[in-house]
Amino acid sequence: MKAWTILAAAATLTLFGTSTGLAARTDLVLGMQLEPPHLDPTAGAAAAIDEVLYANVFEGLTRIGPSGEVLPALADSWAISDDGRTYTFKLRSTVKFHDGTDFDAEDVKFSLDRARAADSTNAQKALFAAIDTVEVVDPVTVKVTLKQPQGSFLYNLGWGDAVVVAPESAPTNKEKPVGTGPFKFDNWAKGSAITIVRNPDYWGEPVALDRAEFRIVPDAASQVPALLSGDIQAIPNASIGDALPQMQSDPRFKVVLGSTEGETILSTNNKKPPFDKLEVRQAIAHAIDRKAIIDGASSGIGTPIGSHFSPANKAYVDLTGTYPHDLAKAKELLKQAGLENGFSATLKLPPVPYARDGGQIIASQLRDVGIDLQIIPVEWADWLKQVFTDKDYDLSIVSHTEPNDIDIYSRKDYYFNYDNPAFDKVIEELNLTSDEAKRTELYKQAQKILADDAVNGFLFELPKIGIWDAKLEGLWENSPIQANDLTKVKWLD
Amino acid sequence: MIAYLAQRLLVAAATLLAASLVVFAMLEVIPGDPARLMLGMNATPDALEALRNEMGLNDPLPVRYLDWVAGMAALDFGRSYTYSVPVIDLIVERIVVSLPLALISLALSVVIAIPAGAFAAQRRGRAGDALSMGAAQLGVAIPNFWFALLLIYLFAVWLRLVPAGGFPGWSAGIWPALKALLLPAVALALPQAAILARVTRSALIETLGEDYVRTARAKGLPFGTVLWRHALRNALIPVLTIVGLQFSFLLAGTIIIENVFYLPGLGRLVFQAITQRDLIVVEGVVMLLVATVVAVNFLVDISYAVVDPRLRAR
Repeated sequence: MKAWTILAAAATLTLFGTSTGLAARTDLVLGMQLEPPHLDPTAGAAAAIDEVLYANVFEGLTRIGPSGEVLPALADSWAISDDGRTYTFKLRSTVKFHDGTDFDAEDVKFSLDRARAADSTNAQKALFAAIDTVEVVDPVTVKVTLKQPQGSFLYNLGWGDAVVVAPESAPTNKEKPVGTGPFKFDNWAKGSAITIVRNPDYWGEPVALDRAEFRIVPDAASQVPALLSGDIQAIPNASIGDALPQMQSDPRFKVVLGSTEGETILSTNNKKPPFDKLEVRQAIAHAIDRKAIIDGASSGIGTPIGSHFSPANKAYVDLTGTYPHDLAKAKELLKQAGLENGFSATLKLPPVPYARDGGQIIASQLRDVGIDLQIIPVEWADWLKQVFTDKDYDLSIVSHTEPNDIDIYSRKDYYFNYDNPAFDKVIEELNLTSDEAKRTELYKQAQKILADDAVNGFLFELPKIGIWDAKLEGLWENSPIQANDLTKVKWLD
Repeated sequence: MIAYLAQRLLVAAATLLAASLVVFAMLEVIPGDPARLMLGMNATPDALEALRNEMGLNDPLPVRYLDWVAGMAALDFGRSYTYSVPVIDLIVERIVVSLPLALISLALSVVIAIPAGAFAAQRRGRAGDALSMGAAQLGVAIPNFWFALLLIYLFAVWLRLVPAGGFPGWSAGIWPALKALLLPAVALALPQAAILARVTRSALIETLGEDYVRTARAKGLPFGTVLWRHALRNALIPVLTIVGLQFSFLLAGTIIIENVFYLPGLGRLVFQAITQRDLIVVEGVVMLLVATVVAVNFLVDISYAVVDPRLRAR
C-alpha cells in the first residue's frame, strides 16, 4: 500500500513536471547487459548485483567514491588504535532500514559476523579474514579487533560484499533487498528490469531521482537503437563496438571513456613447462604488441599496462617499457631457454569479446617468434573449472576486475601457479602498513617484481564506455568499484 | 478405443520418464560448478562448500534425481540455484511472454503464408508464382536478427511507433504489451511464413493433380473455387504438420529474437540458466517442452483414430 502511494505520488509529480515544463525530469532508465542472478551483494560475485544496489540501496560502514577513495557512510567517523589492530566506529544515529526497523551497532555486528561465519556464502570472504572480534560498545559504537593490522581494512569495508544488512531481512535480500540507502527496491520483473524508487526517510542528502529502472539489454546490437529511440537514457557500461563514432558525433548523447579496475592479462601457468622458465615468459612479453591488441580487441580504447595494477590508482607506475615489443629479443630469449625451434601450447579463451578477439591477435603475434598456439574456446563455467580451479591450462586471457587485487599473486595455489617469497614479503608488509606514503612505495615494489618476473602477459586496462543523454549528469566516469552510483545523478533542464 | 487410448497414454508416460532420465544425465555430465559461478574467482573454499550445501548439490545423484522426478509429479520443479525461487514461478513468468508471442507470430505466419502459397499454386509457372516464391526464398535466406534490427531502426528509431525492445508486462495494459510484442512477432513470422508458403504451394500443386479436382473442374466449377474450396482443404495436412512443428520452435527456440528485443521469454531463461549452470531450471524447462511435444503428439494420435476408424479397431 505504501509503495503504491509513493508510486502514485511520483507519477503525479512527473506528470506535473512535464505538463508545466518547470521541473526537471526525475526518472531514469539505464541499460545493462547482464541481469543479476539475485539481489544480495553479500552472497554473489556477479558485478550486476553491485551495479544495481551498491550505494543506491545498500550501504556499508565506509564506501568507495568515484575516484576510488574511502569515504564515511554508515560510520560517521572512526579511530584506529596505535597498534593498528582496533577500529572504533561511531555510527550515524538516525538511520532506518527500508522496512522501518532501526539501524544500530547490533546490525553491524550481525553483518560482519555473518560474512565471516563458517557457513558464510560471501563471495569475498577473504576480505573479513583479519577480523578477530566485533563488539557492540553502545548502540552507536562498534569496536572491531583484528588478528593483525591490515592496511586496507577501511577500503575492504567499502566493498559491496561488506554492506550492512538487518537480521530480519538478510534471509530474503536475494529477492527483496532491504538496505539503508537513498533508494528502496521497488520491483524486479525477471529477465526484464529492476526498479528502485527514492527513499523518503533517507538519513543523508536526498537524491534527485524519484525512480530509476535498470533494464536488461543482453544483445550489444540492441543497445544503440534503445538509446536512439529514447527508451533508455543511459548505458553506463556499453559494449557497442563499431557504433561508437556514430554515438560520439550525436550531440544528444555524451560518450565518456573511462577506466575500470580490470587488468586484462594473458594468464600464464607458471609451473607448467616451458612457462616455468623466466626466459620463455620474457620472450612472450617481448613478442606481444599491446597496441595491436587494444586496436583489435577493444576498438582502440584502453590503457596499456606493464604490471597488474590500475593506471587510475595513484600508486601506479608505468612498467610497459620493461619488455618492449622486440621480436629479435624474443627469439634470442627462446634460444637461451633451449627452444630455438619454438614450441606449441594451448590458449583457452572465455566467451568475452576481448578474450576471443585478443586471443587471435596474440596467437598470430606469438607465431612470429615460433610459438604455435592452439586456440580452445571455452564457456565461463568451463573456464572456471578447467583454468581457474583445476589449473589445467597453458595460457588464457581474462580481465581481473576486482579493485586493488595485486595480492592475488601471493595466494598459494592461485591459478597462475606463481610463487615468489620476495613478492609475498612485500604483500605481507603492505598488510601491516597503514601509512599512505609507505603503502604507495610498497605497491610500486610489488608492481615492479611482477613486471620483471613476467608472471603473465600484461595487456591493457579494460575501458569503461559510458553513453548517456547529454542532459544527464552525475554518473561515474570511471568504475573504481563495480557500481552505478545514482546518488548524485540528476537531469539538467 | 479405450484400449487404444490407454496404450497411447502409457507410451506418453514412458516417453516422459525416459526423457527425464536423459535430460538429467546429460546435464549432470556438463562441467561447471554453479556455486563457483555464483561466488566468482575470489571465493574461499569453505564459502563454496557452504553454498553447495545450501543448493543441495552435495546429495548423491540418485537421490537428487528421485527428488526431482517425485517433485515434478506434484508440479514442483524445485528451486532455481541462482534466483533461489521456485522454478515453476520462473517458467510461468516467462510463458506469459513466450506463449502470446508464439501465438501471434504463428497466426501472422499462417495469414501470410496460406494465401501466398495458394496464389503461387494458382499461377504455377507464371510471373505471380515466381514473384511470391522469390519473396519466400528471400524470407528463408534473410537472417531474422538482421531483419529484426531493420524493423527496429525503421519503426522504433525513425518512426517511433513502437518501443525498440523490452516488455512492460501485462500489468501495464494490453495495448502497450501487445505493442512490445509486435515487431518481434513480425521478425519471427517472416521466415516461418516463407517456409509455410512453400509447403502450401507444393501440397496444393500435388492435390490439384488428384482425380476429384478434375471431376470438380469437369462439372463446371471455376478453377478458383476448386482451388480454394476443394484442393486447399485436402492440402492442409502437411501444412498443419509444419504449423505444429513451428509452434514448439516458437515457444522456446526464439532466443536470438528475444535477445535482440530484450524480451523476458522462455528462450532467454534457458540460455541464461545454461550459462549460469542453473541446471534445475534448464531441466524444468526442457521437461516442460518435452511434455508439450508429447501432449501434441498424443492429441494427433487421438485425432488420427477419430479420422481413421481402422486405427481404432487395432
